[in-house]
Amino acid sequence: MTLALLWYFVIGLCVVFYVVLDGFDLGVGILHFFTRKDEERRVFLNAIGPVWDGNEVWLVIVGGALFAGFPEVYATLFSGFYNLCMILLAGLIFRAVAIEFRSKRESMGWRFTWDAIFSASSLIIAFGIGLSMGNLIEGVPLNENKDFTGTFALFFRPYPILVGLFTVSLLTMHGAIYLAMKTENALQQRIRKWAKRAIAVFICMYLITTVTTWLIMPHMMQKIKEDPYLMILGILTLLAILNVPREFKKNRDGWAFIFSSGAIFFLFCLFGMGTFPNLVRSTINPENYSLTFYNSAASPLTLRVLLIIVLIGVPLVLAYGTMVYRIFRGKVKIEHTSY
Amino acid sequence: MDVVFLSRIQFALTSAFHYIYPPMSIGIGLMLVIFEGVYMKTKLPLYKEITKFWVKIFALTFALGVATGIVQLFGFGTNWSRYSRFVGDVFGSALGAEGIFAFFLEAGFLGIMLFGWERVSPRLHYVSTILVCLGAHFSAVWITIANSWMQTPAGFKIVGEGAQARAVVTDFWAMLFNPSSIDRLVHVTLGCWLAGIFLVLSVTAYYYLKKQHLESANHMMKMGLIAAAISLVLQLISADITARGVAFNQPSKFAAMEGVYKTQGNASLSIIGWVDQKNEEVKGLKIPGLLSYLVYRDVQKPVIGFDQIPVENRPPVQVVFQTYHLMIAMWGLMAFVTLAAFFYWKRKKLHRTKWVLWCLIVSVLFPQIANQVGWMTAEIGRQPWIVYNILRTSDGASPRVSAQQVSLSITMFLVIYALLFVLFIFLLDKKIKHGPDLVEPQGEIVPVYRNPFKVSQGGKHE
Repeated sequence: MTLALLWYFVIGLCVVFYVVLDGFDLGVGILHFFTRKDEERRVFLNAIGPVWDGNEVWLVIVGGALFAGFPEVYATLFSGFYNLCMILLAGLIFRAVAIEFRSKRESMGWRFTWDAIFSASSLIIAFGIGLSMGNLIEGVPLNENKDFTGTFALFFRPYPILVGLFTVSLLTMHGAIYLAMKTENALQQRIRKWAKRAIAVFICMYLITTVTTWLIMPHMMQKIKEDPYLMILGILTLLAILNVPREFKKNRDGWAFIFSSGAIFFLFCLFGMGTFPNLVRSTINPENYSLTFYNSAASPLTLRVLLIIVLIGVPLVLAYGTMVYRIFRGKVKIEHTSY
Repeated sequence: MDVVFLSRIQFALTSAFHYIYPPMSIGIGLMLVIFEGVYMKTKLPLYKEITKFWVKIFALTFALGVATGIVQLFGFGTNWSRYSRFVGDVFGSALGAEGIFAFFLEAGFLGIMLFGWERVSPRLHYVSTILVCLGAHFSAVWITIANSWMQTPAGFKIVGEGAQARAVVTDFWAMLFNPSSIDRLVHVTLGCWLAGIFLVLSVTAYYYLKKQHLESANHMMKMGLIAAAISLVLQLISADITARGVAFNQPSKFAAMEGVYKTQGNASLSIIGWVDQKNEEVKGLKIPGLLSYLVYRDVQKPVIGFDQIPVENRPPVQVVFQTYHLMIAMWGLMAFVTLAAFFYWKRKKLHRTKWVLWCLIVSVLFPQIANQVGWMTAEIGRQPWIVYNILRTSDGASPRVSAQQVSLSITMFLVIYALLFVLFIFLLDKKIKHGPDLVEPQGEIVPVYRNPFKVSQGGKHE
């Protein structure tokens, strides 16, 4: 039980790492199509070039961690969300190869095609992540065997779509701020303008989503009603979000990026608080049919082994991850080994 | 077609396509460590360019490996949810370790290896190359262990009944080092090395034929041939150990591999043949007694045949028999090409011997085919089980996924993968034709047959 709870937090942390890290390169992907010059697109690609691969590994980790620690959730989620998974997979495949293939030929048509694919797949993945989160909040029909009994159309209910759009706005802002950090001169000025707009759009989306959740997802607010101190999480989220435009106006892009990452972290805290202890909420019978961290966990021995693996592995991962980011810090320079 | 069969096709398709790339990454990774190691030792610019050239090809195979690998991770959950519930406790921990220890290592340092030439010291760059290569190898370790557990499960107990049943780990180390883990790991790794090495040989032979990049080609050819010879000998030993392991641990698979119907001594080994399933015998070229000898080191000992295995537990014989023998034939072809190349290399005639060069160019396919059919032997030979003797494949599929959904996703993967394969070949071809970035004289030069560590200081040619 304690082990399962620990593992729940480990997965939560992995999801945050994934969305903070792959989030900015998805955002860069979405913005990629807004610039027209080949030179600038290369700058965008090379801003994420050395790191996007490692960022995406966090998604693999989330999948692996679910499979290992909560096999029931892994099995239910991926088989239940079959069509959605397939669309996301197609997006992930195309995105990976688009980055690799794009600059391999000079031809305009070639580059335009891969640019379009890169941008579209980034958008689809960002939206898909949000859509999935929205569905997890609202819940899906799980029967007594914890099997999904809905249809594909069910994923596109209004609330999950709203969360999907909210996620797109969040990651676009996150990516724009990252690009502002990695570019200089005229291009940077232009990106700063986009980033300001992206921040404004995001704050609107944040307000709409928060109010909507408050009004139509009462179970997400249940814990705050029971324990008003949890309100502090909501306040921290708001503070982090409001600090993004404040720092950005002062040209402190690095701090803006940190607060934008902080906003993602606190938003997931709110998500976790609202859905706890559920991992997948059942709309048929939320009390008994939902998959929770304790009724879907692997055996204590496996969880212990997993935690040991994480204790050894994650510090290593963070250490050399930091090293890679340090080596490639600073503004993007196009070299002959670049994309 | 039923959904279980469709899901099997989809998994086979996505795995087979995925398995084109990681073996190349692993094999090229090994060659990169060698090439850059020589560069670190000799500081010859030539080796830096050779390394840079192969780093680019590594990046291409790696990108496709990642793109198709994510499909594999999702694939267990999407199409095999019953299986995922059943094995999650065992399989998941290996997969988790793979992510943490292998993928991060590979992806993290790949950035430095690809883009870090001017940003980090040569020493740190070499360390990155070694870590990328290690990461590639680690990723093979965990998934092969997980698969080996499906072949020879150990270190677990079954909890619950019927649809609720699942395997729970009782002894982590016994699960990790289950009876077939190490044998199969070595076998798979060597197969990967061969995939990379023969790509190097193939490219090099192409340069000989085109009379391009000859200086680089000489060095790559020599190292490639040595690496190929060593790996092929090791693979022969590993193959013997692995096959004996199968004979002891999975007699039903072994019976299918050699088409053994009657349990009797003096069992014969088929070199080439066709299984006559009606008359329950193999027609073809056979060596009497050799199978018994290879398994037990004793001609008289009987090899277990299908007569001891209930009909419902037998895998499809013909396809397992043929894929297994094709894999061995591929080893034979690789050995032959390597021997021929060495023969002419010694006589300093290799660059002029067109038929050997052509064989070398084609030889890139041999390890690829061997890897593919080898896995078919392993996986189809395990049928009708998804976890050997414990869970049937038909009981592992997702109950809520329909045949229509799977047909659609198969179509999607077929289209995407066909497109990716064409693009991969196109870009690979482009990179190979471009070759290493080195200012070197083109045209008629007699290749230098000398110690690669001493050659070409100052670019002298003999």
